[in-house]
Amino acid sequence: MEVRVNVTSVIQKTVGGQRELTAEGGTVAEVIDDIERRYPGFREQLVDDGGQLHRFVNVYLNDEDVRFLEGAETALSEGDELSILPALAGG
Amino acid sequence: MAVSVYIPQPFRRFTANREYVEVDGGDVAGVLDAVNARYPGFDMLVYDRERRVPAHINIYVNNQEIHELDGVATSVEDGDQVAVIPALAGGAAPSTALTPDEAMRYSRHIIMPQVGSIGQRQLRNAKVLIVGAGGLGSPVAIYLALAGVGTVGLVDFDVVDLSNLQRQLLHQTEDVGRTKLDSAVDTLHAYNPHVRVVTHPAPLHSENAMEIIGDYEIIVNGADNFATRYLVNDAAYLLGKTLVDGSILLFDGQATVFKPGEGCYRCLYPAPPPPGLVPSCAEAGVLGAITGIVGSIQATEVFKQVLDIGRPLVGRLLLIDALTMEFREMKLRRDPACPLCGDEPSVMELIDYDAFCGSPPLEAPAANGGGH
Repeated sequence: MEVRVNVTSVIQKTVGGQRELTAEGGTVAEVIDDIERRYPGFREQLVDDGGQLHRFVNVYLNDEDVRFLEGAETALSEGDELSILPALAGG
Repeated sequence: MAVSVYIPQPFRRFTANREYVEVDGGDVAGVLDAVNARYPGFDMLVYDRERRVPAHINIYVNNQEIHELDGVATSVEDGDQVAVIPALAGGAAPSTALTPDEAMRYSRHIIMPQVGSIGQRQLRNAKVLIVGAGGLGSPVAIYLALAGVGTVGLVDFDVVDLSNLQRQLLHQTEDVGRTKLDSAVDTLHAYNPHVRVVTHPAPLHSENAMEIIGDYEIIVNGADNFATRYLVNDAAYLLGKTLVDGSILLFDGQATVFKPGEGCYRCLYPAPPPPGLVPSCAEAGVLGAITGIVGSIQATEVFKQVLDIGRPLVGRLLLIDALTMEFREMKLRRDPACPLCGDEPSVMELIDYDAFCGSPPLEAPAANGGGH
């Protein structure tokens, strides 16, 4: 299933500078894998070696942090929107 | 020409909501009579039964209280300004009343029913601490000073650098080389001499954070590094303070308000990124104007907190993308597993944040100064 992925800030450089792209997958992990196939190096920005989402990058399904859902295993529906949001420290 | 009479917000229900009423001169009694003739009932507000001006009403002619002049017999000429200023409801001391200068300066706020003269006095009594006198700290401090927030605290130990001037409104070209706090004090006093600016010229760390933050009611985060962000978050939570958070990088901004018990920075980002993964503004760049957008949002949230109006940016993370000019909102929840504000907290006091973030100690350049 196809979902829209919003990529913010410094993560954009890992997907060729795009702010928004579409990807295929039934779960958050599958969508990350799909993007990784096109943009190698993307996955390590989001998940650790064990497949767990990093604790300093947030992934939102629509407006909900997937950490409060099923994390990387959160199921997706057609037309969902994922947002990937790294912590920013600038002031 | 006539005499302009300033009508305080609570009295304007008698003057068709007019802030100023123009009448002919003579003396103060004549001026008050003339206002009453146009707006019957005004009398009751400015005179007691013996037709004396009660103690809780101050009347000024050109910024001088009439008790120091000839009372209601004080003569008033064309072009003079008369101001009627009531003390706080409940008979508070007249010294808590707004002066005519304050009433005029803040009139665009006072005129709004959500503010009024009581709200303006709440602002004057407010104590707000801003961590970092840089990109975000600048617009926050300036808007709070303009609004008449009585005490603005600033934490910073940095020196103004030429590269700061692309975005840091507190500092100007001639300030390069001065401490940011010296520069900030001058700028804020130029904007509003009534504001008390308290400076804390030291890096914020675990040994001084509780004492510094403890003196304020609302804390604004404009730090430029993760260690200070976690430190301020933990100290504000442990002290029960509201934290108005903002951060920026490139063309992006994030803003939210943490109220103790309703989520904190650790609920949002449980751990800092490894050093070097997320670049600083110095390394990656930042749009100057995004500091104004995010800082203005932070100043607005402080204003709302002080007056207890509107719906605060609590439980919501506001994302700003300046390139697409999209504002989006994400839900922000308290994490029951949060080590600070969760159900079984393990962080009961401040920790070593440099170790937590794997960062060099705060004494190094580009620390909590808000955008070195």
